[in-house]
Amino acid sequence: MGNAIEVEGLVRDFGGTRAVDGVDLRVPPGHVLGLLGPNGAGKTTVVRMLATLLTPTAGAARVGGFDVVREGARVREIIGLTGQYASVDEKLTGRENLILIGRLLGLKRRDARARADEFLRDFDLREVGQRPAKTYSGGMRRRLDLAASLVGHPRILFLDEPSTGLDPRARRDLWERVRQLQAAGTTVLLTTQYLEEADALADSIVVLDHGRVIAEGTAAQLKARVGGRTLFLMVARAEQAAAAGERVAAMVGTPPRVEGETISVPVSDPALLPAVLRELDAAGIEVAELGLRGASLDDVFLSLTGRSGASREPASDAEDAA
Amino acid sequence: MKALDQTLALAWRSLVQVRRNPWELGDYSIQPILFLVLFLFVFGGAIAGSPENYLAFVLPGVIVMNMLFVTVYVGHGLNTDLTRGVFDRFRALPIPRWAPLAGRILADVVKQLLCIALLLIVGFLLGFRLETSWAHLLAMVALVLTFAVAFSWVMVLVGVIARDPEHVQLFGFTALFPVTFVSSAFVPVDTMPPWLQGFVQANPVSLLADAARGLMNADGPALEPALWSLAWALGIVLVFAPLSVYTLNRRLARG
Repeated sequence: MGNAIEVEGLVRDFGGTRAVDGVDLRVPPGHVLGLLGPNGAGKTTVVRMLATLLTPTAGAARVGGFDVVREGARVREIIGLTGQYASVDEKLTGRENLILIGRLLGLKRRDARARADEFLRDFDLREVGQRPAKTYSGGMRRRLDLAASLVGHPRILFLDEPSTGLDPRARRDLWERVRQLQAAGTTVLLTTQYLEEADALADSIVVLDHGRVIAEGTAAQLKARVGGRTLFLMVARAEQAAAAGERVAAMVGTPPRVEGETISVPVSDPALLPAVLRELDAAGIEVAELGLRGASLDDVFLSLTGRSGASREPASDAEDAA
Repeated sequence: MKALDQTLALAWRSLVQVRRNPWELGDYSIQPILFLVLFLFVFGGAIAGSPENYLAFVLPGVIVMNMLFVTVYVGHGLNTDLTRGVFDRFRALPIPRWAPLAGRILADVVKQLLCIALLLIVGFLLGFRLETSWAHLLAMVALVLTFAVAFSWVMVLVGVIARDPEHVQLFGFTALFPVTFVSSAFVPVDTMPPWLQGFVQANPVSLLADAARGLMNADGPALEPALWSLAWALGIVLVFAPLSVYTLNRRLARG
């Protein structure tokens, strides 16, 4: 059997801007692909084209072997989609939402009800099943949204930034569900700004920036690509951090990330460590801590794009306190 | 058959929404009754000498006005689906792309029917006597429903253009109020200043109210205003259906 998702030279323009600029993807059946990139990288646009919501300007995409433009109806029969926003009907109860999707998928009334109850149970929503979805917490809403996209047992699932706005517990719960789906053989394309999420879930990762694929591989391969090491150092006085950052940038050739007193940058040559220490010492910058660690995907992102990946939202930003 | 089933499921959903939304339910039940009773007892004496004399004139007018107001919910619901991502969920399902809109308009017909029935029941309780026949009354209901479906296309366009559901309501009612009141729905045209009469006589709300009145009371022409109302309905569909679909596709293509 061929690839579950096969994309070649996909392009999408909006007015004068090119949101997606020649993307190629290949996802074998049963794989979880992480589409990683900052806001505006074109991740959502790619997903919307694959889910037949948007027509490509150029290029070709096949989902489950069906062309997304010419065989859109066939594609829609085998996919599930969960958007960034929880796209459930807030005025209906959770149960009614699931019954509606079941009916639209061609289930008989009684079967749709049975399926809805089964999913409410599986997604820990049984107790709130009779309440309007607008009363749900962010985590419950996301579970309902995910349940709604799984009612038809899709072979291929698109998750567009599924954990945005979720608190850490709800996020872990979501990850567990994605792993279960993966174990059951579902092909998943997951977009995320969270490097940690792609690292935790994806069999392979494609990094997207400005509508182009800038790197792909497994998390381990990507980490190896940047030399696998990150130099981090802490200055004793925060006001010297910027000056230290400049000197490190000049030596390493990559602008480091500076957060408070901490400076980190991917490096390929571990021998830089003593050199950096000597340089900073000579400049009168007091170093409190200095070391090397294995590269995180954050570092990969930084070295690929020259920008930091999305910073994690502080817990207080999360809508959901449940 | 499958497409019909799916359209019915979507219509069911629009109707269940009402049950969960007391405000909307009030707009279909309390509001029309309130308008009828207010017009009857506040203006009835001044306009027709007594509320009793005014009832036969104003009941068809309130039915037409309420029909127009209820169509705002077509735009409101569509806009809610578009802004909240529900529309995308439907579009990613194996259902015909027209089904969500068809389901909504079908549900609207059911709501309209319930409103008209409610107003007629209250009208009868207040003393309204049908001077024509039940067949005429059914013709009135069919005419008002036909116009409602046609006019829904205007609200579909508003629903597609508006930024959020609140703007649909704001714009919908702001536009509907003058159109409804500058008509023969509540007062005879000949009491208005001459410069206004031309507009009022061409206003489809007047034509529809006159037709409904003619079909319920035996004292006026029904056929001519009914035909003009249908001509307006056809014209509205011919202009607004393609315009709405075109605008909707453009909005969806924006990403």
